Amino acid sequence: MAAIEMVGKRKNNNIWLGVVGVCVLFILSLPTLIVIPMSFSGASYLEFPPESWSFRWYESYFGSSEWMRSTKTSLLVAFLTTLIATPLGSLAAYGLTFTSARVRNASQLLVVIPILVPVILIAIGVFHLYAKLGLNYTITGIVIAHTSLAVPFVIITVLAGLKNYDFNQELAARSLGASRPRALLTITLPQVKFSIQTGALLAFITSLDEVVVSMFVSGGENATITRRMFNSLRDQVDPTIAAISTCLIFVSVSALVTVIIFNRNQNKDQS
Amino acid sequence: MNIVTNNHLEGVNSKALAKARRKEGRLFFNLSLPSLITILIVVFIPVFWLSSLSFFDRAGVFSWENYDRIFQSQLYIKTFIVTLKISFITLFFCILLGYPLCYWLSQLPDRLAGILMVFVLLPFWTSILVRTYAWLVILQRNGIINDTLISIGWIDEPLQLAHNLTGSIIGMVHILLPFFILPLFASMRSIDTNFIRAAISLGSTPRGAFWRVFFKMSLPGFFAGTVLVFVLALGTYVTPALLGGGKIQMLAQRIDSTIMLYSNWGAASALGVVLLILAFATIWIFNRAFGIDKLFMR
Repeated sequence: MAAIEMVGKRKNNNIWLGVVGVCVLFILSLPTLIVIPMSFSGASYLEFPPESWSFRWYESYFGSSEWMRSTKTSLLVAFLTTLIATPLGSLAAYGLTFTSARVRNASQLLVVIPILVPVILIAIGVFHLYAKLGLNYTITGIVIAHTSLAVPFVIITVLAGLKNYDFNQELAARSLGASRPRALLTITLPQVKFSIQTGALLAFITSLDEVVVSMFVSGGENATITRRMFNSLRDQVDPTIAAISTCLIFVSVSALVTVIIFNRNQNKDQS
Repeated sequence: MNIVTNNHLEGVNSKALAKARRKEGRLFFNLSLPSLITILIVVFIPVFWLSSLSFFDRAGVFSWENYDRIFQSQLYIKTFIVTLKISFITLFFCILLGYPLCYWLSQLPDRLAGILMVFVLLPFWTSILVRTYAWLVILQRNGIINDTLISIGWIDEPLQLAHNLTGSIIGMVHILLPFFILPLFASMRSIDTNFIRAAISLGSTPRGAFWRVFFKMSLPGFFAGTVLVFVLALGTYVTPALLGGGKIQMLAQRIDSTIMLYSNWGAASALGVVLLILAFATIWIFNRAFGIDKLFMR
């Protein structure tokens, strides 16, 4: 009887397991946050904890026309990628739920491959495809490349959302006289909108944080911020990067918090 | 009852219905074409083209010479060994850190586990560059780890933690760990604890119940995480490039430098093909055992 109690949910008395768990959570989330205090350091080299505080690295970031230009490029590319990948991916997920299991599985395999193929191969391949088309170093080129990397995340997220959706509701609407597009827009869409929004945010972050493909197909006037950061990190550890990193962390945390709020609202709606 | 109804239907219009369903399926498949075609053009065709270069010599004639060359060159053999070594070590630490964490989380009340999962999702949503940069800061000669160890007197000289193999592995474990945790946690979540109670009430020890019931039932998530971590580790570019200090060359960087520095497309392409074969063999085995959709699920 005692043994049964021991493995029962909520009665885990393995203290060491909790200690290990908490340690791993710390290792996962704390190290990244170190760049936030570093970014307010007054010293011209990296020291922790900083002995003096200043905004000089933010001034160096926001005052640099090069950093600002690549920030604008990255934000524009991420925005356009989201705008294209979200409807494309959502439609694909909707369409795939009606196909036979075989077609669906084959398509899913096709969809997860961009995530699993070593990205350096995609980068070199796309670079040479673009060289023939004259798309290298153009916003259009970067957006197309990022869209194909972001679309799988939208499809996976929306497919998961549709899995929990009862399609009989759409059938009911149609049997009551709604056209198919109308049933989709007024009945299905509002109920999976949280997963579509989550997919959109994932697409935005995927594009904003993408490094390797951007290293190859972006550049010149249209260098993304990740390309510039990577090159600057390879040369020397410039504290300006700490200020930029802090801004990027802020964007990631905002996106994650938004997703968590979506999820909570969704659960509230369903219960 | 159901069977009777179906038989009845079959007599009337089941063939027409099935045909209509197939037609509908084909019609709706078209909705996914824009996405699939984009992926095809930007991912499949370029990668396929790049791979095809490995089967031709410099004169453009079909030959295996690129493969002969890469398997005879000490440099390339070393790259394969380093890549596999780093990938297996990374996987080992992801399992070592990830499994206990997931087990612990899966035993907590849903609400608390949900809150704690935010600490797993936070790095997942944060830029790889930012995370690598943070490790560069932490692991450097006068970084927080060396400073702490020196001030408490454990070491006299700073340890070489970054710009080498150690740094690369630390960074890669940090970046890939969420990919192990997410599928494993989802898998453990769906295990009904009553099975474990049942095993124990039937005479199993708690340890035996854990290994024979719980561990076995968590295997789909365990292998999904394993495949994700291993495949992504094989193709890693950014982390060893920044934390390896130029000393660690994994396959992805070797492919890059073989083309960018030496313009040796044939050899780079052959390396790429071997990398793809390693990755897809891993995925193929998983697909046969569990199905590809288990790789990214819920």
